[in-house]
Amino acid sequence: MIPHRLLAIIRKEFVQMRRDRLTLAMMLLLPFVQLVVFGLAINTDVKHVPMAVLDYSQSSESRRLIQSFTNSDYFDVVAWPRDTREISDLIDSGSLKVGLVIDPDYARDVRAGRVARAQVLVDASDPITASSTLSNSAGIANILGVQLLGRYLRPGTPFTPPEMPVQIDVRGWFNPDLLTANYIVPGLIGVILSMTMMMITAMAIVKERETGTLEQLITTPIKTWELMIGKIVPYVLMGYTQMTIALLVGIYGFHVPVRGSLLLMYALTLVYIGCYLGLGLVISTVARTQQQAMQMAFFLFLPTILLSGFMFPRAGMPEWVQILTLVIPLTYYLEIMRGIVLKGVGLVALWRWVAPMMALMVAILGIAMLRFKKRLD
Amino acid sequence: MADEAVRVRGLRKRYAGGVEALRGLDLCVQTAQVYGVVGPDGAGKTTLMKVLAGVVSFQAEEARVLGRPVPEGLSEVRHHIGYLPQRFSLYGDLTVEENLDFYAALYPPDPEGRRTKQELLEMIGLDPFRDRMAADLSGGMKQKLALLCNLVHRPSLLLMDEPTVGVDPVSRREFWTLVFELQRGGLTVLASTPYMDEAEQFDRVALLSEGRLLREGTPEEIRASVPGVVLELGCEQPFQAARCLEGTQGIQDVQLFGDRLHLFAAQDAPGLRQALEERLGQAGLRIQRLRVVPFSIEDVFLRLTA
Repeated sequence: MIPHRLLAIIRKEFVQMRRDRLTLAMMLLLPFVQLVVFGLAINTDVKHVPMAVLDYSQSSESRRLIQSFTNSDYFDVVAWPRDTREISDLIDSGSLKVGLVIDPDYARDVRAGRVARAQVLVDASDPITASSTLSNSAGIANILGVQLLGRYLRPGTPFTPPEMPVQIDVRGWFNPDLLTANYIVPGLIGVILSMTMMMITAMAIVKERETGTLEQLITTPIKTWELMIGKIVPYVLMGYTQMTIALLVGIYGFHVPVRGSLLLMYALTLVYIGCYLGLGLVISTVARTQQQAMQMAFFLFLPTILLSGFMFPRAGMPEWVQILTLVIPLTYYLEIMRGIVLKGVGLVALWRWVAPMMALMVAILGIAMLRFKKRLD
Repeated sequence: MADEAVRVRGLRKRYAGGVEALRGLDLCVQTAQVYGVVGPDGAGKTTLMKVLAGVVSFQAEEARVLGRPVPEGLSEVRHHIGYLPQRFSLYGDLTVEENLDFYAALYPPDPEGRRTKQELLEMIGLDPFRDRMAADLSGGMKQKLALLCNLVHRPSLLLMDEPTVGVDPVSRREFWTLVFELQRGGLTVLASTPYMDEAEQFDRVALLSEGRLLREGTPEEIRASVPGVVLELGCEQPFQAARCLEGTQGIQDVQLFGDRLHLFAAQDAPGLRQALEERLGQAGLRIQRLRVVPFSIEDVFLRLTA
């Protein structure tokens, strides 16, 4: 049976939540808007990159190379400059990202079975476009090279194959099409939850302190844990609602496959929410005003999204930063969510991430409990 | 023991900033008294209330509320105590009725000892406003609602920190009338106020200044606790008159009371009135009224802090 005082707090929180229409609308719209923005605008699948072609060879072989580029969907030929200078002008002005320059000897080399040369110029100020262009053009060249090789292979003929560039595998596991949404959506759920859970809990309690209602509250027979849990429960439900919205948008809007167990995902999310609610509680014991609480939440939020591996792979960070990332709950949650959503793995495979996240939750809630006393000074 | 609702001895409180709000206070409130803690801002009234409500830490030789040591024993008697903080401390985004329901639910469900919601709303006159948001109530209404929320559980002790500050005179009177009505039902009240005129109606009064007790007793005892007389002087330009009379032989202190002056003297000596008349006459001022009035608690306070 739930104690009547706990129920009273929970009921009160829900009434207040319903009254504050603006905040409520923002909380519910947030996952939707974030997903659409991240999913559509921040798209790292670079397709239809405008490209200029300078064909010195002017042969059927060179036209075949150009066709391979345009057929790939990754590039659109939009300009036919006369010299390399014109290409660099186009790239400098930002109207083009990529230029393809085909050697005058290209056709002759292809026919002679020598290494045929073409050059790809790319605007490297946009690293995402640059890296995807490099790997895509290497891939195109490889495919074409293999096709060309086939021509020279005749049974019984002694053959010295021309040099081939090292094959680059552009295919990634679990996300073969390198779809951003598949990668972003699970992480984004974690980001949304961390921000709102931390902020909303901290604000809800600091507001009571600021308006003086906490002073009234702590002189009633209510127990510390009843107050804490009572304030938390409504926001756990809020977190689950946000997660569900984000998941629905991901699945139906961006066709993100959920390969693992939804039940496991929701269960482990509780641990994750617990971490950030706990951090919100800790903030509320330090901050005196809602403004301070907001600032502190942001202070914690930035390293969370920057270091957890949501934005940049952790493997690329210096070792001491990598150690730092181990105290960020999102670090584990990212692995768990990507594991469940994209790899479809279960608790056994995820245990190495689940265990430390649980430990973090216990530690954070413990600190919150110790600091959250029924006294004002 | 049982008829002592509050007892503190040697109560001290120093805030983290170094401010010493209470410097050794002794106080005892008997059951079913309405006890007033009176003093100006900064006297330590709020701190005293917070200590007794268990909201702040403190040092004391003894501190008991309803016979239990503060703060560790408070949890046993919380449901017998009501506390109105200085600031309005209810939820502005909840209605009158929702606030009431919320606080009612925080106390043990004991249908026999409880006043019904309807009974309370009617007693306090908030029944017509039950669906109004608490934030939209007037200052006096807010205090009534705060009182209401602290009465649902039928407390035996009510701590009130400046409940009538920022409340209009009519509502103030209504508020105290209600409190004295509750006292007849056996309620003990410990209330603080900066308004000295309110102190006259309390059963006992503690005059507080800078964290120390100046006087303690019934209003009569307090009024009788300083020697001398008070002369009330009415004239057209009281401000000038006050400056003119300062330092007059036989006058210990001059205080401005609106359009009147209160002159403190050791006694109403025969030559004194004449001396005053002469002195004012020299400045071109004329006395309209001059009479001995009884000491008010405010007079006592001003005498003691002069």
